[in-house]
Amino acid sequence: MITQVAKRFVKTVLPLAQGLSITFRHQPPFQSPITVEYPEQKRPMYPRARWRHVLRRYDNGLERCIGCSLCAGACPARCIYVEAAENTDENRYSPGERYAKRYEINMLRCIFCGYCQEACPTGAIVLRDDYELADYHRSDFIYTKEMLLEPIPEPEKE
Amino acid sequence: MAKRIVEIAAHDTTMPQIPGVQQHGNILLAKLEDLVRWGRVNSLWPLTFGLACCAIEMMSTVSARFDISRFGSEVFRPSPRQADVMIVAGRVSKKMGPVLRQLYDQMPNPKWVISMGACASCGGVFNNYAILQGVDQIVPVDVYVPGCPPSPDALLYGLLQLQRKIRQQHRGMLIELAPLKREEVASR
Repeated sequence: MITQVAKRFVKTVLPLAQGLSITFRHQPPFQSPITVEYPEQKRPMYPRARWRHVLRRYDNGLERCIGCSLCAGACPARCIYVEAAENTDENRYSPGERYAKRYEINMLRCIFCGYCQEACPTGAIVLRDDYELADYHRSDFIYTKEMLLEPIPEPEKE
Repeated sequence: MAKRIVEIAAHDTTMPQIPGVQQHGNILLAKLEDLVRWGRVNSLWPLTFGLACCAIEMMSTVSARFDISRFGSEVFRPSPRQADVMIVAGRVSKKMGPVLRQLYDQMPNPKWVISMGACASCGGVFNNYAILQGVDQIVPVDVYVPGCPPSPDALLYGLLQLQRKIRQQHRGMLIELAPLKREEVASR
């Protein structure tokens, strides 16, 4: 009789406790909640996250972009438009011969593949980690050069 | 719209603060308009409607890590008659267009549309004969969420943008019984 009870105990209660132990192991005292409280607290992005584009500058403030349109050629969605113009000594934007007079990206059509970043010979266009891009009107998604360009870096104080 | 004041006895003193609402003990005083808008903002029920890979990200938005239910949107409704917001998640083929429009027409007013991802918003890489170049050609879109696919965070940001839009809306209609006329839909 007692052996039977013991057998049943082993057969029913032990597996139950075993299963529930996994459940309880994933509950608050043992594990903190995994929800990212999004608007207040943001998930750290991976170092190679590809979101909003940024046009970079050199340390002296000159633009890296030389208006070669290789990014526009590499883009599978055809969402980049580049119009180049010649640099002059009075009006110098980039160190090379030419610079991008107009540089526009249609953020809606962009698929954030990063091919533009790969194609760029000067490392001018990079994809950074700002993903908060949702907006109300189609026309707001044509990002112009002014919106994409990095601010001029502050000269280092001595 | 008449500025009617309604008194509502709230039994729950842990009620969150609503802008434009006075709270004294267990009594809430609010404009009916504000109260209705507050209810709408915090219970945007999406339609269970996924078209492509964006739908996978939409599903993961519901999961514990991102938890769309913090904004009252976890109740995905299989029937358009019970849904408030349509998240168009994925590319819409020309064959799917009429179906999508019919689902939109079946949703009760007021209703909103989030266009999720590059394909739904403007066709994305699929600039060809089969894919609709933007779902806004057939339904009025309120919020566009770019990305391919947008990460759950980006979709949550889109939902927050929609909530912001509804909060600021002064449409002058408390309850919309009749379906909107075509011109009204176009002017939205």
